[in-house]
Amino acid sequence: MHGLAFSLFLIIVALTLVITYFASKRTKTTSEFYTADSALTGWQNGLAIAGDYMSAASFLGIAGMIALVGFDGFFYSIGFLVAYLVVLYIVAEPLRNLGKYTMADMIAARFDDKKVRGVAALNTISISIFYMIAQLVGAGALIKLLLGIDYIYAVLIVGTLMTVYVVFGGMTATSWVQIVKAVLLMAGTFVISVIVFAKFDFSIVKMFNEVKTATPLKEAFLNPGNKFKNPLDTISLNLALILGTAGLPHILIRFFTVKDAPTARKSVVYATWIIGLFYVMTIFLGFGAAAFVGYDKIVAANPAGNMAAPLLAEALGGDFLFAFVSAVAFATILAVVAGLVLSAASAFAHDFYSHIIRHGQATEREQMLAARWASIGVAVLSILLALFAQKMNVAFLVALAFAVAASANLPIILLTIFWKRFNTTGAITGMLVGLISSLLLVALSPNVWAPQPGVAILVGEPIFKLANPGIVSIPLGFIAAVVGTLLSSKKADEKKFDEILVKANTGIKELTN
Amino acid sequence: MAVKEFSSQQQQTIDYSQVVQSASFQQLMREKRGFILPFSLFFLAFYFTLPVLTSYSTVLNTPAFGSISWAWVFAFAQFIMTWTLCMLYSKRAARFDEMVEKIKQEVKGGNV
Repeated sequence: MHGLAFSLFLIIVALTLVITYFASKRTKTTSEFYTADSALTGWQNGLAIAGDYMSAASFLGIAGMIALVGFDGFFYSIGFLVAYLVVLYIVAEPLRNLGKYTMADMIAARFDDKKVRGVAALNTISISIFYMIAQLVGAGALIKLLLGIDYIYAVLIVGTLMTVYVVFGGMTATSWVQIVKAVLLMAGTFVISVIVFAKFDFSIVKMFNEVKTATPLKEAFLNPGNKFKNPLDTISLNLALILGTAGLPHILIRFFTVKDAPTARKSVVYATWIIGLFYVMTIFLGFGAAAFVGYDKIVAANPAGNMAAPLLAEALGGDFLFAFVSAVAFATILAVVAGLVLSAASAFAHDFYSHIIRHGQATEREQMLAARWASIGVAVLSILLALFAQKMNVAFLVALAFAVAASANLPIILLTIFWKRFNTTGAITGMLVGLISSLLLVALSPNVWAPQPGVAILVGEPIFKLANPGIVSIPLGFIAAVVGTLLSSKKADEKKFDEILVKANTGIKELTN
Repeated sequence: MAVKEFSSQQQQTIDYSQVVQSASFQQLMREKRGFILPFSLFFLAFYFTLPVLTSYSTVLNTPAFGSISWAWVFAFAQFIMTWTLCMLYSKRAARFDEMVEKIKQEVKGGNV
């Protein structure tokens, strides 16, 4: 069994390295490194967005959660999808029109201030690193389960591969790894879903009737409230899910890989279809696992339910399907971490190095070198942190990344595009308060504190009762941005706002266009 | 950003404030706002109705079809809603693109 899975892993590694080899020949300029020269089509970018977004946590985690707690697991699927309406309606096109390489470019387009760029880059790096540690710890645990490779080696393998893709192939390689992964993931999930559906005679009603009694939860399985018992916490989670996506730096930089705003819009539309179809299929994965693998076996393999999908594949299709699904999970991890390295590295190299340290005077060659070294630095740092975090329950890091994205990035993106009075001070206070409040609230929350030892990181009563800080930190981010603006003596530059308004909505940049 | 507004080679610069005041730009903004604002409020309301109802009540736990409760029907409706609003927007945006093209022509022709 492991032999077959191992061979498929090797095939995926070989395939991604071939992609990187060809991409590396085309990656000579910073624009090629950061944005694949903005040459992707809507379809390609749509697939790459889907590949960048559907992490192992959503593939394995949601399938497992639906298998174990029923309806509540599906909340994630809904939130992760509906969030794309925020991206499509409000963020994607202005971002493409105003930005060049990073999210900070967009805010710096309005506020020509190094502090603004610096704080925006800090947010990007924080979010990317939290998210990446979570992915790497998950990757290590998963590969250990699937292949029996030690955690340390698993993290090193994934870490090395992601560094190679980004350093040599830049955005071109990263995008194609994400595209390949998206296709594999959709194909694998589709095959399993069809088999599950066939077992229920292609009847949704029959499927629901049968899972109703299949799990230890019995009737309650199909009802909400098995996992999320605190109403405020549930709403807070939903808030972070729907508003966080539109502030995730690795998703935002994907809009710079297409040539203009209409193409950015098309890529979101394609991504929404792909991601939506995928999340519908999480029901088949979850219900299938509940019915054909069984609660006890899923929990025995991994208490969080992460093995539900691979075990389901094994139960339905034997060794080959198990190996295939494991390989897809592996490809998923590679694609997502590569995207994260790239977003953190571009914030380091483009925002900190080129703009702040070198005042925009660095040569093309220097910028390329900086981008490559930043990628290596980010990768090494995340690998080290992931090695230390092995025993930690890292689910809170993903919640944290979404909360920071929703509280620190989204308010600033929105106010930059829509609010005439908004100024530099407001942008800085908004970003910092959003970042610090979400960090602080999570540090005081049940994610970190639990009265019984072994449940969370520290033993004690949590001061902040909600696991998801969004319901407090998102309003705080908005309020701080507004209050900072109103208290500051700086007058908003109205001419500059007119310029931003025109550029964001039309893409007009120069007369020579 | 590589906007060379003050460079000597480029004689003409765009007066963005004038573009903002132009009739075609104002119309674009009006139409965009008229679409995006109400639809955004709608999908946010529709989205949050589900967790609010499931958290504070059990009304959605009643069966709709066989063992499928209204909670699941509402959950599927979120998918349909997302896809529908997605398609509606891309249809409408084709019109926005035409208006943007018109504004670009006006700017190029020096009509603003």
